[in-house]
Amino acid sequence: MTHNDPNLPAVEGDPIADPGLPAHEWRPTDVDERAERRAERQVATFFGLSVVFAILFVVAYFTFEVGEDADTLGGFGASTVALGGTLGLALLLIGIGIIQWARKLMADHEMVEYRHPAASSEEDREATLAALDAGLQESGIGRRPLVRNSLLGAVGALGLPAVVLLRDLGPLPWSDDVVDPENGGGLEHTLWKQGERVVRDVLGTPIRPSDLEIGDLVNAQPAAIFELDENGHHVLEGAPLQVAKSKASVILLRMEPDDITHGRGRENWTVDGIVGYSKICTHVGCPISLNERTTHHLLCPCHQSTFDLADSARVVFGPAARALPQLPLAVDDEGFLIAQSDFTEPVGPSYWERG
Amino acid sequence: MSIDTSKVAKSNATTAATAKKPSRAGGVATWADERLGLAGAMKKNLRKVFPDHWSFMLGEIALWSFVVLLLTGVFLTLWFNPSMSEVQYQGSYDQLRGVYMSEAMVSALDISFDVRGGLLMRQMHHWAAMIFIAAMMIHLMRVYFTGAFRKPRELNWVIGMLLLILGTLEGFTGYSLPDDLLSGTGVRAADGFMKSAPVVGTYLSFFLFGGEFPGDSIIPRLYIVHVLLIPGLLLALIAAHMLLLVYHKHTQWPGPGRTEENVVGYPMLPVYAAKAGGFFFIVFGVTALMGGFMTINPVWKYGPYDPSKVTAGSQPDWYMGWPDGALRIMPGWESEFLGVTLSWNVFLPILVLPILLFVIVLLLPFIEAWITGDKREHHLLQRPRNAPTRTAVMVALMTFYGLMWAAGGNDLIAIKLDLSINQITYFMRAAVFFGPLLAFWITRRWCISLQRHDQEKLLHGYETGIIMRSPEGGYSERHLPLAPARQYTLTARDRDEVYTLESDVDHNGVPAPGTRANRIRARLSAWLNAHNVQKPTREELEAAHHHAEHEAELQAGLDHSADGHQFDGHHAVEGEELRPRH
Repeated sequence: MTHNDPNLPAVEGDPIADPGLPAHEWRPTDVDERAERRAERQVATFFGLSVVFAILFVVAYFTFEVGEDADTLGGFGASTVALGGTLGLALLLIGIGIIQWARKLMADHEMVEYRHPAASSEEDREATLAALDAGLQESGIGRRPLVRNSLLGAVGALGLPAVVLLRDLGPLPWSDDVVDPENGGGLEHTLWKQGERVVRDVLGTPIRPSDLEIGDLVNAQPAAIFELDENGHHVLEGAPLQVAKSKASVILLRMEPDDITHGRGRENWTVDGIVGYSKICTHVGCPISLNERTTHHLLCPCHQSTFDLADSARVVFGPAARALPQLPLAVDDEGFLIAQSDFTEPVGPSYWERG
Repeated sequence: MSIDTSKVAKSNATTAATAKKPSRAGGVATWADERLGLAGAMKKNLRKVFPDHWSFMLGEIALWSFVVLLLTGVFLTLWFNPSMSEVQYQGSYDQLRGVYMSEAMVSALDISFDVRGGLLMRQMHHWAAMIFIAAMMIHLMRVYFTGAFRKPRELNWVIGMLLLILGTLEGFTGYSLPDDLLSGTGVRAADGFMKSAPVVGTYLSFFLFGGEFPGDSIIPRLYIVHVLLIPGLLLALIAAHMLLLVYHKHTQWPGPGRTEENVVGYPMLPVYAAKAGGFFFIVFGVTALMGGFMTINPVWKYGPYDPSKVTAGSQPDWYMGWPDGALRIMPGWESEFLGVTLSWNVFLPILVLPILLFVIVLLLPFIEAWITGDKREHHLLQRPRNAPTRTAVMVALMTFYGLMWAAGGNDLIAIKLDLSINQITYFMRAAVFFGPLLAFWITRRWCISLQRHDQEKLLHGYETGIIMRSPEGGYSERHLPLAPARQYTLTARDRDEVYTLESDVDHNGVPAPGTRANRIRARLSAWLNAHNVQKPTREELEAAHHHAEHEAELQAGLDHSADGHQFDGHHAVEGEELRPRH
């Protein structure tokens, strides 16, 4: 083989011959006993220091409180900083010590190993193929298509139980279990209904139009969110509460009535310049809350879709495709804001069946 | 190959180990071998040779950070409660005490404030996840840029891609678990993503959430996916990845004595075991320091998830940033037809694009192999410059990724740099198409000029920095030939071949089968390799060296310095030597 001849290039036409592996050079630690002992001491020092930090970790564990003092040490928490610092150094010192040991004291001769093709040898392959062939022949899988195909069918049919088993992961979106116009169930309904009071989203207090100055933005919910039963417990809590909020959240904005461009048929959906829109972005469903007071633009903090609240909340910028659904507002006998009806279209992100 | 251990540090013993008197380790090994019969496999592998290069460490970072993830993750599961039942928080963190939240959030807060070392472990777990995915991606780029994906390693490339996508999913399911406001916002967006899928979207969402969003099933379901399903797959794939690595033996850089037929480096035992083992402690230690000193995902500041609330500047973890950027710059297209809705604005950037990019990167080795028609095994790495088109393709993909990623932070860029978010978005819409093309062109030209530079050095020597002034007053820099080892290393690469279509028809004049595919292949092959600079032949090199020697002679100084009076016209120049005589 030519590549073993140092005087010739490895491959025909190659300009330079392989000079071969360079000669090994001894390290100071190989030839100088003092350097060797120094390296030994260094490695042992690293390991020894690691022990010290491991002990300090235990000390820190029992010394520092967690919880209350979480804001000390620049907001990191003394315990976390001390534990992380000591554990980190204990580990790092072991690592550094081992690598120093490998570099300075272990043999540093480069070794040569020969490669073999990834493929098996010809004989092995032929023997295996022959065995495979014999096995297939004896099974008769090629000669008996009826058996083969019915088996394939049977195994394939097992996919059905496997898929069907997952059916009860959740209810069908359009089943009666889900769709409940009265209680805001399903993708097309929310808790809003005719006469439902609009209340502030944290306190649950009803809102008079006069409570809002021009330019005020209020996050609101239907009063049903805060409804109490006879024992004074919330009717809605846990998951049902979260589901209701994820659809019913609205924002109210009061602006100069003259600034509003009413959508067709929406002329009487506002009260004294107060407009109400779904707070759930029609893009992928983030709650929207960044209001630009001077332009009546509302920006979604997730993907920056921007809606013009003075003009039916149509999209003026960003990836959303649909205007925010508008909540028709009115005032009840006591002068509080109410909804005239539920939203007239589904809120939140679009979906296939939305139409 | 026997090793001269005569001078190796005494701690390693002065003579090579012999089998005469078994050591204690030998005794254990004998006991095990009598039951497991592993000596046959171990005899080669214990001293298996691994080549050394800093870039081979990148995959190791991914491996060790995965181990850190397993260790810290087990710790977290001892306290984490993946339940969405609503309870009132009564733990140590003042500002949330009395607030209603899910048990998942309560246990995340308890881990952070009431379990000693809990916050450290949470933060280490999160940092290690970020490092895990970052290391996998950088390792992927290393493998691609150096051509380490070529035969016989294509399947390991595929396994690596599966690891990357599973790691990303593992990260997403993990950071969704605490049920805080930020993670809930992410899950809310994921619900919107699913709903955008044609035909099945609504059903997907209802099945995953067990009903309407958010329901009370999503956290327990994500939890079991996060702690059992995906880690199991990751472990199995990592094992396969490592087994193939051992079987194929590691690639190496070409150099004197390092050929396609061998592998040169240090033995697994002791040097590589020590270096790799030591490196595990370093990765672990760095993660611990990051967990101790760098806050990550402070869920207590976000508060529990509430579908009516959101924080400004909501960002996913960095590796989910690029599809989020695609989502942000996508125009708001949506179609309604036949009573149904198709949300291109969500479906394309978040469901189609990531899968498309994944498939493209997955297929890169196979596409290149088809174009080159190369069926040989390759164990020597290539410098990125020596495969200009390949390098440029990856840089174009990286540019696409980077621009999308920047688009995912368009709100932060707008705030920090005081720019208009609208203009950034419009710019990005164009940049994600033109940027990669520009990057491709620049990278390819750059690689080719680096190749030319290598060629210059080979043929004319390196620049010494010595400026010579010739007697005529001209200046030139003296070049000296490279050391032979360096010359060999520069030329230790294959000549690229451009596939050309012989003829459209076979010898009977009938159009040959597969001609169209071959015509495409010929064009792609020219695109891939036709611009490359090929290494010189032996004759070219010798001619150039001969020329260089001549030049060197011309440039050689006089043995005495010229005093300049030869030309001042005060005496005849006859007999004055300007140059040494040949």
